[in-house]
Amino acid sequence: MNVPLTLLGLLDREPSHGYDLKRDYDTFFGHDKPLPFGQVYATLGRLARDGKVVVGEMETGAGPERKQYVITEQGATEVEAWLTEPVAPEPHLQTVLFSKVVLSLLLGRDAEAYLDVQRAAHLQRMRELTEVRRTSGLVDALLADHGLFRLEADLRWIDLTVARLDALAAEVRS
Amino acid sequence: MIGPGPGPGPGQAPALEARGVELSFGPTPALRGADLTVAPGEMLAIMGPSGSGKSTLLHCLAGILVPDRGEVLVDGRRTDLLDETERSALRRDRFGFVFQFGQLVPELTAEENVALPLLLGGTRRAQALETARGWFARLELDGLERRRSGELSGGQAQRVALARGMVARPAVLFADEPTGALDSLTGERVMDLLTAAAREQGTTVVVVTHEARVAAYADREVIVRDGKVTSLGPVASTTTSPGQVQR
Repeated sequence: MNVPLTLLGLLDREPSHGYDLKRDYDTFFGHDKPLPFGQVYATLGRLARDGKVVVGEMETGAGPERKQYVITEQGATEVEAWLTEPVAPEPHLQTVLFSKVVLSLLLGRDAEAYLDVQRAAHLQRMRELTEVRRTSGLVDALLADHGLFRLEADLRWIDLTVARLDALAAEVRS
Repeated sequence: MIGPGPGPGPGQAPALEARGVELSFGPTPALRGADLTVAPGEMLAIMGPSGSGKSTLLHCLAGILVPDRGEVLVDGRRTDLLDETERSALRRDRFGFVFQFGQLVPELTAEENVALPLLLGGTRRAQALETARGWFARLELDGLERRRSGELSGGQAQRVALARGMVARPAVLFADEPTGALDSLTGERVMDLLTAAAREQGTTVVVVTHEARVAAYADREVIVRDGKVTSLGPVASTTTSPGQVQR
C-alpha cells in the first residue's frame, strides 16, 4: 500500500482535514489496518515539504485548530501518473491494484483503461516466465510456475473487477 | 485505446485481417465492428469474457462463418466474398483447426484421424498415413497410432487433434480453447508442443482462450468485449531483467 499517494489521491477529490482523510482512508483502504493519526500527519507534513500539498486556511472554533490540506498541481500530476501506470507484476500486489481501482472510481477516472494496461503488463511478465519455464531447468521452472500462478490470480481478479466496475463505481460514490 | 495490432512489416500483407466485421445471430449481435490484423508467423491470443464474440471472430477469420458486414482477408485477399465451395477449399488447403474437445472421428484410428486432412486434400492413403505417423513421435504419442478416440486420454486425444491440425502444414492454425478440457499440467504440455510445432513450421496461430496461462504462450493478445477488439500490447517489460526469476 502506498500511503502518501493514496492520501494525495483522496485530496485530489477535494481539500480535506487530517481527521477526515484518516476516516476516508480507513473506510476504503484500512479495514484490516487503520491508519494511525501520527502517520497521517507525518505523511501530510512530508507531502507539504515536497510541494505536493499546501496548508490552507486554519479553522478555529470550540475544538482544536484544524488545518485544511489542498493538493497542488504537482501533487495532482503525480496522482494522475500513478493511477494510469501499471504496477510491476510481482506477488502480493492486491492492495495496490485495489487502491488504484477504488481511487480511480472515486475521482471519476477511467478505471477500465488502467486495468487494461495492468493486464497487459501482467501478461507480458507471464510471457517472460513462460519462456523461463520452456528454456530453464526444473528448479527455475518451479519458481516461474509460482510466479505464473500468482499473476494468474491477479488477472482473474482484474477480469472480475472489470465486469463489476459499474456497480463498484456506484457503491464507492454513494 | 491502442489500435488493432502491430500488423505486418512494410510491404508484407497480413496473414489475416478483419475490417469492421459485424455478425448477428438472429436479433443478437455477436460482432459489432471487429478490427484485427495478424502478421505472418505471429501467434495471437484472443481473450475475452464468455459470450463476448471471441469464438465468432475466430470462425469469421477461418471462413467458417461469413460476416453480415465488413471484410475478412487472408494474405491480402477477400475471403468473405467466396462461395461455400471456395471457402471449404480454403479451410482444407490453408488452415488447420484444434477445438476444445479434440473432435476426433470415433470410427477412425488415431493415425487415420491425423491423416484425414491429407486424404481430403488428395494425398494417396499410404503416403498420408506415413506422414501422419511422423507426428506421433513428435507429439509424444508413440504406440497409440492404432487406437480409437475412445481409447485415448483427454491429453492424448488433444495431441492427436493437434497433429491433425498441423499435418498438412497449414499457413494458419486456429485453436479454440485447445486446453479447455485438460488439467493444467496436460494443458501446458499441449501448449508447449503446439508452440514448438508452429514455430518450427512458421505457422501463424490464432488461439482463442480465457486462460491467461495459455495466452502467455502467444506473442500478443487482444481482448474481445461486446463484439469489438481491444489490443493491449505489446508493452514494455516492467521488470528490470526480462526472464529473470526472483528467488
